[in-house]
Amino acid sequence: MATQTVIGSKNKKDQVYTDPWKMMNEAERTPSFFTGSEVIKEALRRASCDVMIAYPITPQSEAAALIGELFAEGYIGDYFRGESEFAVMSQCAGAAFGGARVFTTTAGPGTMRAMENFPMWAGARLPIQMIVTCRGINSPLSIQPDTLEISYLMQTGMLVWHAETAQDFYDWILKGYMVSEEPDVHLPLALCCDGFFVTHTKDMVDLTPADMCLPPYDPYRSPVPCMDMECPPVRMMRDPFVMKSNYISYATHASWQQEVWAAVERSRKHTIAWLDGLIEIEKPDAEVLIVTSGTAVSQGREAITLLEEEGIDVGLVKVKTLRPWPGEEIREATKHAKHIIVPEFNVAGWMAREIRATIPNSERVYAGPHVCGGMTMPPEIIAADIKSAMGIKTSALAGRGS
Amino acid sequence: MIKKRINIRMSGLGGQGAVTAAHVMAMAASRDGKFAISNPFFGAEKRMAPAESYCRIGINRIYDRGELVFPDVIEVFHPQVITMGKSYTMPFYSGIKEGGVVIINSDIPLLSDEDVKTLKDLNVSTFYIAGTTIALEVAGTELSTNMTMIGSVAGITKCVSMEGLDGALQERFGKKFVASGGTATLDEAIKKKFAKKEMLLQKNLDTVKRAYQIAAEWAEKNNVELAVAEA
Repeated sequence: MATQTVIGSKNKKDQVYTDPWKMMNEAERTPSFFTGSEVIKEALRRASCDVMIAYPITPQSEAAALIGELFAEGYIGDYFRGESEFAVMSQCAGAAFGGARVFTTTAGPGTMRAMENFPMWAGARLPIQMIVTCRGINSPLSIQPDTLEISYLMQTGMLVWHAETAQDFYDWILKGYMVSEEPDVHLPLALCCDGFFVTHTKDMVDLTPADMCLPPYDPYRSPVPCMDMECPPVRMMRDPFVMKSNYISYATHASWQQEVWAAVERSRKHTIAWLDGLIEIEKPDAEVLIVTSGTAVSQGREAITLLEEEGIDVGLVKVKTLRPWPGEEIREATKHAKHIIVPEFNVAGWMAREIRATIPNSERVYAGPHVCGGMTMPPEIIAADIKSAMGIKTSALAGRGS
Repeated sequence: MIKKRINIRMSGLGGQGAVTAAHVMAMAASRDGKFAISNPFFGAEKRMAPAESYCRIGINRIYDRGELVFPDVIEVFHPQVITMGKSYTMPFYSGIKEGGVVIINSDIPLLSDEDVKTLKDLNVSTFYIAGTTIALEVAGTELSTNMTMIGSVAGITKCVSMEGLDGALQERFGKKFVASGGTATLDEAIKKKFAKKEMLLQKNLDTVKRAYQIAAEWAEKNNVELAVAEA
């Protein structure tokens, strides 16, 4: 295959195209103290990205600007700013149709504005990677983290992963391309994190060598032909089904939409290999389990430490991927749990809903605590909710605003 | 008190460098071999609007992030945080832990009798430092006020070393640094105050040292102990 022939050769920046598995799992790592935005830049430096399209919206603007710096240094094929998020996502589609490895970043209201494009990306089987640095989307306005937008992305047919830390982000950007570009997957990836808590936080991250990069994207591994003027990607481009109402168009839709979701399922085996499982479990035998994703996992880990000091044993399930949804894994991991606590950074509680729909005896699920609009989630309030779910009396916490 | 982790909340006004101060503290702690996490919290970037940043330093891996609701140390970068309520909550010290420390940049006392009593009941020590005056004296610009706040918390808690701070400052100001538009503008502003980048680094470090010394002497005299180590 074409991608294998380039391994070992150098790009114009003197980086060596490296076997991705070796690069991610065997190459020596350098610990670096970086913000999440800087980490996105460092991952992109090694991603052999052809096109990055940017539009400013907090909290992803820094990452987008930093990738502009990378372009200036010569690491990105092309880089430009769209006139809105909707335009950016449409332009990403154009670049991906043309056979490019595409990257973009967005957040909150930007994600919502561009929403029309995401099921289109999935339907057109475009392996675009989009970083979503979640922020509040409701009125009143907030620029702070709130994960509500993820619940909308989960029905688009995109792969949706939720990173906990900057380290996840670094690894998953690079691994994400490997999964989403597989011929039997070939879908866009929404790689989400909680804005500010990851993007603006300085944390220790182990980086792979800067002189190694991913092999370039090979558009001829696409299950639908890449676009050139001789060969439009699918017949709908010239003869759209929307113009017709007949059984052929309905049947095509039914089979194609099922095929998109089947591709999401087929990504499972690749994702398990690259991410070392769709979930991570700590203390699976504990009677109480925290099950959640993103920054809520970090806050949960701190709550576990607090409760340990009081002699209360609590376990943890970190959900790494939301699409594909690790239903089987969660059922197995929560088999013995009496209480399942689901802390979330949004008021809707979509994660608790997904878990309730997955496991038997769903009354075990305690949906909360919830914070939204950018409020922080002190581990103390998770610990207090766990105690109250267990029937242990707690006193009210005197925090800010009380 | 010796703790496995100390949580520092920095309450300032937009443009004062509270975000930079937290990042520099965390970078220094990380250089010293400790675990650290820093992050900012602000609304629209606007000078003189409330801005907060948080720095957590400990001997074990830190996962906690976001706004610090229960801090051990609160640093007030500007009197208006107290006098005009430019804090995310009133009073500015809500949530402070017992045995904590409040550090205030002011040359005159700002707390009401009621505040003093509340803090005393919580065994919280209050340290006033004329940070802006010191910054003007040592660095010749009030833009270095954040350096006095770094020096103060380091002098009292010894949670970062002077060597670590020196390295962190060089890392932050010694090379091209891409941040938000507001921060980039302020970076340019402070660089123009000094003829050479080395001078900026030296004057800032001198400012940190001066505040460190004053704060360390105060802590020793008043028997204030708050350190990060295995308890």
